[in-house]
Amino acid sequence: MKILIRSNFDLLLEALRKNNYKTIGPTVRDGAIVYDEINSTSDLPIGWTDKQDAGNYRLEKRNDDALFGYVVGPQSWKKFLNPPVYKLWQADKRGHNFEIIPEKIEETKYAFIGVRPCELNAIFIQDKVFTSGEYVNKNYKLRRDNAFIVAVNCVESGGTCFCVSMNTGPKAEKGFDISLTEIVKDGHHNFLIETGSEKGEKILSEIPHRTAVQNEIDSGNELINNAAATMGRVLDTSNIKNLLLNNLDHPQWDKVAERCLSCANCTMVCPTCFCTTIEDTTDLTGEHAERWQKWDSCFTIDFSYIHGGSIRNSVKSRYRQWMTHKLATWHDQFGSSGCVGCGRCITWCPVGIDITEEVRAIKESSK
Amino acid sequence: MNPMIPNPYIIQKVKKETQDVFTVELIPAEGEQKFSFGAGQFNMLYIFGTGEVPISISGDPNKSDVLIHTTRTVGTVTKAMSKLKTGDTIGVRGPYGSTWPVKEAIGNDVVIIAGGIGLAPLRTVIYEILRERESYGRIAILYGTRTPEDILFKRELEKLKSRLDLDVQVTVDRAARGWNGNVGVVTTLIPRARFDPKNTTAMICGPEIMMKYSISELMKSGLSAEKIFLSMERNMKCGVGFCGHCQYGPEFICKDGPVFSYKKIKHLFGKREI
Amino acid sequence: MESLEKILQQHPFIQGLAPEHVQLIVGCAKNAVFEAGKFLFKEDEEAGEFYILRSGKVSLEIYTPEYGPVAIQTVGEGDILGWSWLIPPYFWRMDGRAIETTRAISLDGKCLRGKCEKDPKLGYELMKRLANVFEQRLNAMRLQLLDIYSIKVPNKK
Repeated sequence: MKILIRSNFDLLLEALRKNNYKTIGPTVRDGAIVYDEINSTSDLPIGWTDKQDAGNYRLEKRNDDALFGYVVGPQSWKKFLNPPVYKLWQADKRGHNFEIIPEKIEETKYAFIGVRPCELNAIFIQDKVFTSGEYVNKNYKLRRDNAFIVAVNCVESGGTCFCVSMNTGPKAEKGFDISLTEIVKDGHHNFLIETGSEKGEKILSEIPHRTAVQNEIDSGNELINNAAATMGRVLDTSNIKNLLLNNLDHPQWDKVAERCLSCANCTMVCPTCFCTTIEDTTDLTGEHAERWQKWDSCFTIDFSYIHGGSIRNSVKSRYRQWMTHKLATWHDQFGSSGCVGCGRCITWCPVGIDITEEVRAIKESSK
Repeated sequence: MNPMIPNPYIIQKVKKETQDVFTVELIPAEGEQKFSFGAGQFNMLYIFGTGEVPISISGDPNKSDVLIHTTRTVGTVTKAMSKLKTGDTIGVRGPYGSTWPVKEAIGNDVVIIAGGIGLAPLRTVIYEILRERESYGRIAILYGTRTPEDILFKRELEKLKSRLDLDVQVTVDRAARGWNGNVGVVTTLIPRARFDPKNTTAMICGPEIMMKYSISELMKSGLSAEKIFLSMERNMKCGVGFCGHCQYGPEFICKDGPVFSYKKIKHLFGKREI
Repeated sequence: MESLEKILQQHPFIQGLAPEHVQLIVGCAKNAVFEAGKFLFKEDEEAGEFYILRSGKVSLEIYTPEYGPVAIQTVGEGDILGWSWLIPPYFWRMDGRAIETTRAISLDGKCLRGKCEKDPKLGYELMKRLANVFEQRLNAMRLQLLDIYSIKVPNKK
């Protein structure tokens, strides 16, 4: 394991840019930590942390200058890998006929700086959805293959975190190019650095670093262990698939539906939710048409519309669809849970619905 | 090949089947590509400037030079499609989805139960099994629709009816005098059909409630759930498992379906708002 | 020629009935044939018969002043036809018209009622079988009522 000292952090960003990566990382905007292009360390949320609870998020100043001293914001990396809105193709009228012109796939090479272990697992889950079946989402695959991932292990956990329950953190185990553990201690500010790929090794070789000493490694582990021990939430996943699928008519669904606004926030902030819709548009001349793909949500009433009406007409059924998909049927479809325990759906729910509480309520009443 | 990009097809013929049902015959706009598909599969059809809808294929799977779709004008896209003329272009993505168990049913009696436009996707099965008629036992085709005017593929049905090796029964929900056929829902035809319940494959397509009643009638006569197949419908945007719209419990109707054995979806079928 | 008894025993409605009960029923039975177009009965006529259909097809129709006769249901081989013989005041509620040559065993309603009164065991057995038919017909009617192939959809809540 290596050490990158804080004062050399910019060199990591520079090395990535020199290798033609567009560096994307956390930055403070509108009172939240969002992911956007960052040009230097000064764009990072230095000295900020986030306080999170059900229906509650706010930034606070830390008493140190940690670069990654927050947990996760409302956004996730899916906004780059599977953008919220993009054009699939356009069609131009040619007499009675028309010609379809596919949109050129944008070949940007992204370097994602600060991918949390839960988020990394969310990316693996979306990989399964978009690239493991008979059909491959080309746009996603290209962006994904090109991406460079700098994972940052969690040394603190947030109020709504439960990655330990989902076995997705707080340490990144695989799938990163570089992983970092930020240690701010006794006047030192360093990053334990590990590489997970040849790409990662190449970048590391281009920046000054040294070998870590044992007590630095120990400090890193201690911090990660501490994060694991202080999860804000717990989700009991034992037998969860059968628990939910055997309780499709449980009264708890009615109860949660009394609170749920069907606003779709949880699906927008969820790093694994992948549903999209398409929109076909034409210009005023009627000569030119376009097809756009947009994020969609199973919480909208139109989502399940077929001739005659919507299948999931009630809020109850839509919440049930979301949760049973995430925690139960996802296993059948993609071989894992669809939840990584990032806690976003809890934090960003305007009425504070807590997925871990909902599971607990069903579990306890079914004993 | 990008599955999200439609391929241009030219309309060779549009045929009005009934007041609100029509058939389009398509050929590829470019080259001499053959279009091979399995009985029960569907395509996503795009109408310029209007949108895209999943429509099952209703033609003969062994004729790959022309692509045939039969559909009903129920929404904006199908309405626009019904107004297209010979020579116009349609965008096609597909074929997608699972197929009817035509091969698996060899050696069995076959009961085909269609309701309304549900006859269109099942016509592919009829083509398939008649091509190898001797490989199957008794074959019953039970078809129910609203009125005598709504009967699809009338001439073909008449021809099939005249065959001695097929039991073709048509029934309508209502009729004025002059109709000498059956009146009543399609499920009433099931107890009258002759088949060996221990050795029969049933394939059903129609409104979900009609399939539900049909299944219960078939089970009453002794068929087991794994020998009953049905074609499901849900909202669909992509056809290839990316958009999430067509989920039905753990199943994606677009890629795991639309044809399922009843046994596979029994735990979901009839559950409300799944 | 097959005996009435044998024919009855093979009919799905009668199948499995105790031989002594079949015997009782045979006492009320006779063969009947209706050519296509002939009425088995007409609405408001006295309902004297209970038909055990052997082959053919009968259309059950209700006459409407505006549209003329509207077919509600067809019955045929293996079905039974008519329960008005059982329910006072014993009048047919619709027309029964053969649309194919129809062969049936016609049971005299009055005779059958008499036997059932005398032998409640037979009566109960027949009632159970009839109730089954009522249930099936009612279910089919419910589905028919949904008008599932209609393009118009009743407004959802």
